[in-house]
Parts: sequence; C-alpha cells; structure tokens
Amino acid sequence: MKTLSTTAAENVSVLNRFGINHAHTMWQRFKTYLLQNFLPPVVILCLLLGVWELLCSGTGATLPPPSQVISDTWELILDPFYDNGGNDVGMGWQILASLERVAVGYSFAVVVGVALGVLVGQSTWAMRGLDPVFQVLRTVPPLAWLPISLAGFQDSNPSAIFVIFITSIWPIIINTSVGIRNIPEDYRNVARVLRLNGIEYFYKIMLPAAAPYIFSGLRIGVGLSWLAIVAAEMLIGGVGIGFFIWDAWNASLISDIILALVYVGLVGYFLDRMVAMLGNIVTRGTSAS
Amino acid sequence: MSSHYLSIENVDKTFEKGNVRSHVLSNINLHIDQGEYISIIGHSGCGKSTVLNIVAGLIEQSAGVVILDRKEVNTPGPDRALVFQNHSLLPWLTVYENVALAVNKVAGRSKSTAERHEWVLYNLELVNMLHALNKRPSEISGGMKQRVGIARALAMQPKVLLLDEPFGALDALTRAHLQDEVMRIHSNLKNTVMMITHDVDEAVLLSDRIVMMTNGPSATIGEILHIDLPRPRDRIALADDLRYNHYRQEVLRFLYEKQRKLEQISPRHPPSQAQNERPQPVGGSGSSPSDAVVDAPALQKVSGAS
Ligand SMILES: Nc1ncnc2c1ncn2[C@@H]1O[C@H](COP(=O)(O)OP(=O)(O)O)[C@@H](O)[C@H]1O
Ligand SMILES: [Mg+2]
Repeated sequence: MKTLSTTAAENVSVLNRFGINHAHTMWQRFKTYLLQNFLPPVVILCLLLGVWELLCSGTGATLPPPSQVISDTWELILDPFYDNGGNDVGMGWQILASLERVAVGYSFAVVVGVALGVLVGQSTWAMRGLDPVFQVLRTVPPLAWLPISLAGFQDSNPSAIFVIFITSIWPIIINTSVGIRNIPEDYRNVARVLRLNGIEYFYKIMLPAAAPYIFSGLRIGVGLSWLAIVAAEMLIGGVGIGFFIWDAWNASLISDIILALVYVGLVGYFLDRMVAMLGNIVTRGTSAS
Repeated sequence: MSSHYLSIENVDKTFEKGNVRSHVLSNINLHIDQGEYISIIGHSGCGKSTVLNIVAGLIEQSAGVVILDRKEVNTPGPDRALVFQNHSLLPWLTVYENVALAVNKVAGRSKSTAERHEWVLYNLELVNMLHALNKRPSEISGGMKQRVGIARALAMQPKVLLLDEPFGALDALTRAHLQDEVMRIHSNLKNTVMMITHDVDEAVLLSDRIVMMTNGPSATIGEILHIDLPRPRDRIALADDLRYNHYRQEVLRFLYEKQRKLEQISPRHPPSQAQNERPQPVGGSGSSPSDAVVDAPALQKVSGAS
C-alpha cells in the first residue's frame, strides 16, 4: 500500500518535471488510485462469484448459485422499505430495527464503559478490585447473557439491548483504562503546574490523551455488538435482521438468508468504518507525536 | 530568615520504592536573587532534575523547605513554570492552543478574552513562533517545540522560570539560536531563571552563577561559580575572552577532575559514612550564601584520586 502510493507520487513528480499540466496529473493520480484500490477487490469478487456459480449449478447442489439468489430475492432487493404489517416488512426496516437496538445498547456501553475505564485507569485500588471481575466477565459469550436478561427484564426488546450493552462494554472499559494509565507523566505535570481542576483535567488532558485507546475500544465494541444483535434477534423474534434470517430458515428461503448475510456484512463494515472515521477525526494529531 | 527571592534550604531527598531506599539529594542550600540566571550542572543521574522538580513542587522533598518570594512552596503552580526537556506540548492542540490553555487557566479572571488572545500572541512573538500558530507539535521541528514550550512558560508570568535541559535534544546550531533568544528574553524581561544543563559552554554563556553538583548518591552542591561577564554577551567575542575560558576550565575541572565518574568505587563508601565526613556549610544560609564554596565531599575526592 505504502510503496504503491510512493510510486504514484514519484510518477506524478516526474510528470510535473516534464511540464505536463496539472489537470492531467490529477487525472493520472485518480486513475492510479482507481487501479490500485478498486481493481483488485472487483477482480477477486468476480472470481469468487464465478467459483460459487460453478459449484452450486450442479443438480445435487444444496445451496443456490448467485444468479438464483438474485432472481429469488429480486423483489426484496428492489423494494427494501415495503410494509405489509407485522414481521412482513422490507429488508431496510429489518436492518433499521436491528440498528436501533444496537444504537441504544451501544450508547449505554460507551457512556458506562468510558466512565468505568476512567475509574479503573485512575485508581489502583479500583483496578485491583475490578480488573479480575472484568477479565472473567468479558469471556462470557454474548448469547449466554440472554436467558438471564430475559429473566430479569421479562421482555425481549430490553433483553436484546442489554445483550448488546454487556457484549460491547468490555473492550471499551479495558481500552479506556489502558489509555488512561498510559497518559505520559509530562501531561500530568503540565496539568499540575497549571492547577487544572478535576473536570478541566478530564476534558482537556485525559480524554484527548486517551482518545486513541478509547476509540480502538469503541471500534472493537461496535463490531461485537453487531455480532451479538444478529444472534440475539434470532432467539427473541420480532422485527430485526436476526429474526429475518431465522424466519427465512424456517420457511426454507435459502436465497433470502444469503441476501440477509450480505446486508449484515455490509452494515457491519459500515459501522466499523464509521467509528474508525470518527476516531480519526477526533484523535487527529494525538497519535502522531 | 533570608532576604533572597528564592531559597532552597537544607533540602534532602530519599526515594523509596518498596524497601529500596535511595538517598539522592543531601542538604541542598541555594539562594537566588530576583532576575538572576542560575545554571545547575552535574553528571547525569546526580539529581539535577530532582532539585528542579522539588522547586516546581512536582516532587516532595524528604526534608527542608523551598521559599519563593517569602512564601513556602510545596505544591506545583504557575508561579514556577517549567520547560521540560522533551517539550511536553499537548499533541492534540495547535501551537496557539497550547499557549492559550495556559493563559486561559492562569489569567482567566484577570484578563479579558481579547487581552488573553493578545497575550498568547505576544509570548509566541517573543520566541518568533507567530508563523506556526495553527500547526500541531508533530508538524514543527524540535527547536520550534522548545520555543513554544518556553512561550507557554513565559505566558504564565512565573516568578521563576525552571528549565530542565531545555536545549539538550537539539542540534548545535538550533541550540545556539535558542540560547541567544533566551538571553535576549532574559535581558528584556529580567526573569529569574533556574536552568539545568550538561553543556559547559551553555552554562558559562547564559548564567550569572553556575551551581555545580557532586555525584550521587547523596549529591549536594559542590561549588558555585560566579560568572562575571558583562551582558549582553556575544558567543563569538567570548570565544577568545580569557575570563570566559577561565570559567569554562573551572567548570570542566570540577566535572572531570574533582567529580570524575567512577561508578565502581562508590559501593565501598556507603552514603552514611560519607555523610559523617562531609563538612556542613558553616553558618546556615544567611551569612555569605552566594560566596559559600562548599568543599566536595570526601567520598568524591577519594573516588577521583584512585
Ligand atoms: N521517582 C523516582 N524514584 C526513584 N528514584 C528516582 C526517581 N526519580 C529519580 N530517581 C533517581 O534519582 C537520581 C537522580 O535523578 P535525576 O534527578 O533525574 O538526575 P539528573 O537530572 O541529574 O540526571 C537517579 O539516580 C535516579 O535513578
Ligand atoms: Mg535530568
């Protein structure tokens, strides 16, 4: 990646030296960018689809080939936002329902996780007490929390949200506390010389200094919560992409399942990129010093 | 007590980590007048930074007091602004914001928003950094970072400016530039400065007095050298100056003859024994403080001779 882009830059400077106009170099750069970033995935994707098509076209194939998936699910693809009442709604609504649960559970996890992470990072005593508990709890698989939260909340929706919360909170706590503990002594000294009070220290030093760590926790957390919601929804029912998959399985609509998997993957990727991008904006400068 | 602006009296420091105790500083006495430029020089690890950090209030002394402007100081505060060796600018803030953070905190009540803005710019102008207001520390050179660090410290209008090897990490040319600027600023603003250095030329060029520390453990002030050179000082003219070279040699002699570093000798002379042999400064602090030339402790004399 890095070497490729340097080569591109070198090409450009060579072109400039020969007096070729700026618009032309821009176009060159854009073309190189396209070639480097879009060509490889497109080629690989075509190859994979081709192999899949070949493998599943035979008479004994148990799974549909991509061409059949598309023709089976064409109506779902065309109209993602239809609403026939009940669970019979378009893929867009299903995804949005899942995203809403994730948003609520993940937001709680962010607030509580950062707060606990700060506590554990700041206080040696809290760390000694809480760290072993966290280390054990974080290994509990997301779905194992579902029965206990169903018992507690007596309702499926808050239970799903709780599963999201409890799944995504651990990396947030742990990364935040590591970030806080790694704040350079010099920054603390600056704060002490300036006599920053607790709140000023928190906002002006602690959060920005730990931001790269916090965001790597947030990124892991959002990935985990998307993993967990699909699994949890398969069990609790209602509207949501997880239950859609379960429903399709019960109705033997394998093509629907495959389409849903594509959506799940794309949305998960999108969530990850979104948090990563936010992190890049917020921590701009912090990590490069 | 004393009529000095900054007094370090009988300061002792023992670090304790678990059951490991290390007696780093022993009986440090130093008196500094307002507007004086003091350098502390000594071999690496002898405890120079520890002295400075005790004055800054960042480290608590085990015994003794630090008195600044007739008040005892023991917590950090903006009246003792520190410039760190590794600049310690906050990397997520721009040059302007780094200085503004200090100004807004220290002068938040006494100055209006517009006045604070002017004050930030004024101090960045002092160190010739107006051209990089919106750059982040990662985008400017090491010398520029130190300039900003100095501007941030000056902007707090400290009673004493504490510099811990401020130019140590810079190349010779940049260092010379910054030394000249610090001299210019000092002659204009008449700050009281305590600077740690391991550079003999830097010490002689900048200082009114050079405080030479003995080797640790149990380091103390070995000698104090008055630098009686007229200001403004010019490094090129001074290169041939007899007095300048005499001062240089004094410092070099202290560092490389009297305080030659011979690590393997010291275990045979435990600190407790050395303490008994060390002559105590006579008459405490009041009588002839700045002229007091405390003899090097017996420990180091033995080490140097063998
Ligand atoms: N926080 C600390 N805990 C234990 N020992 C320390 C600590 N800080 C410094 N020291 C020790 O004190 C001595 C003096 O350190 P320092 O003041 O940094 O030396 P200098 O600045 O002269 O190079 C060193 O031997 C160092 O190991
Ligand atoms: Mg030091």
